[in-house]
Amino acid sequence: MRFSTFIYTLKQGIANIFRNKWYSLASIATIGACLFMFGIFYSIVANFQYIVKEAQNGVAVTVFFDEGLSQERIAEIGSLIEARTEVDHVNFVSADEAWEGFKEEYLGEYADGFKDNPLKNSSNYEIYLRDVSMQSALVSYLESTEGIRLINKSEITAKTLTSINSLVGYVAIGIIIILLCVSVFLIANTVTIGISVRKEEINIMKYIGATDFFVRFPFVIEGILIGAFGSLVPLGIVYLIYSNVIGYVLNKFTVLSSILKFIPVNEIFHTLIPVSVCIGVGIGFIGSFTTVRKHIRV
Amino acid sequence: MITLDHVSKSYSTGAPALNDVSVHIETGEFVFIVGDSGSGKSTLIKLLLRELLPTSGTIEVNGVNVGKLKHRQIPKFRRNIGVVFQDFRLLKDRNVYENVAFAQRIVQVPGKQIKKNVPSVLSIVGLAGKYKARPKQLSGGEQQRVALARALVNNPPILLADEPTGNLDPKNSWEIMKLLEEINEKGTTVLVVTHNREIVNAMKKRVVTMNKGVIVSDQKEGSYIDEI
Repeated sequence: MRFSTFIYTLKQGIANIFRNKWYSLASIATIGACLFMFGIFYSIVANFQYIVKEAQNGVAVTVFFDEGLSQERIAEIGSLIEARTEVDHVNFVSADEAWEGFKEEYLGEYADGFKDNPLKNSSNYEIYLRDVSMQSALVSYLESTEGIRLINKSEITAKTLTSINSLVGYVAIGIIIILLCVSVFLIANTVTIGISVRKEEINIMKYIGATDFFVRFPFVIEGILIGAFGSLVPLGIVYLIYSNVIGYVLNKFTVLSSILKFIPVNEIFHTLIPVSVCIGVGIGFIGSFTTVRKHIRV
Repeated sequence: MITLDHVSKSYSTGAPALNDVSVHIETGEFVFIVGDSGSGKSTLIKLLLRELLPTSGTIEVNGVNVGKLKHRQIPKFRRNIGVVFQDFRLLKDRNVYENVAFAQRIVQVPGKQIKKNVPSVLSIVGLAGKYKARPKQLSGGEQQRVALARALVNNPPILLADEPTGNLDPKNSWEIMKLLEEINEKGTTVLVVTHNREIVNAMKKRVVTMNKGVIVSDQKEGSYIDEI
């Protein structure tokens, strides 16, 4: 193919957008509406999971050791725990650190009456999990480990967080399916309009002796550009809504700011921009490709 | 140049559109195909353009067995056949120059050459001064001239015209037919499907008459047969 032919077909693709202004606008609006819903939904789900994850990070399993257990064995237990796949990280709290923490939290100045450390057998490991749903597996392992006297765990918190996580997962899948169905329906309608607009033009090209590529390329370029525009518009709107809503919530409800942590807008868009543009361009490409394919075998 | 050998074409329902048709057209001939609606004329054009495949028989155009063409070979095959339709089939959103240049771009003629060829062919059809006009700014006769220019710009050895005067008044019809005759005199084989009795009778060309999918008459310097 000549370079000039390539440039010509590329220009035709761009010109097609302006030739069929209303069709282009309808397509951009359709893709934009789908991706707007996707952007809003993604922001909500991502924040929800972020908040749950933050809560999970605070859940720890604490293990205490048998009296008089050697430092070597304690270190060995630490290494065994760290090697477990469900473990994110482990903190060793010595008996002195445990006493200092207890004094600070519960006793204050009354602690001066104690000469020795009453918690001398309370050195422990605080174990933080990658996923709280794995807590029971870890606890079973710890129970069978020699040298461990006591395991402190919060089963209710772990179960609640696991349930919330599962619920968010199911709701996310459900909404994605609904969004996909709506998108497919809207896009199928837009493509049908496109077929009626283009049928004659494609026929003429084929009768004159245009190759499939020559016919298809401008349409595909047009589809890709429409998809790209269709993704950029909702991204801009979601950006404005997101930054304003987060700012409003944190300013108006200051109590919430200590409990809830939202993902910064830049971090959300770090994922949302490439995903939305890929979906938009993908929809545009597939839509235009299939529209032309139906009529290309003349 | 064009040979149909015992060609039949049936659609899924109804009587066959073409039934055992055999005809041979030599290079440089001017042939009218006439007949009533449903006689098989349009099917014949579609078969020659490889829009349809025959149910049986063989079709040869420019030495190519049309039935054996693969999908990817069809565009190259069609570039050797100029085609003009009753409804002009111009790209409405492009001007006269672009409509004609489009046919050249398809065969990847260099840009400089296109700039020479398009005005030249537009002057042949008498539209050199209207190259910037859009199809809807032209009369029916002018639109058909653009279609003719588009069909001719790549110098095809064959020109198929399917009811080229069907939407035109008598004056414009005659002008188009004169153009087709001039093109034929330069060596292009011209095949015209028409209902226009006056033109067929006046031009004294070969006339192939079809009825219900069969050729009922083939006259060398023929005339339009009214009653079959």
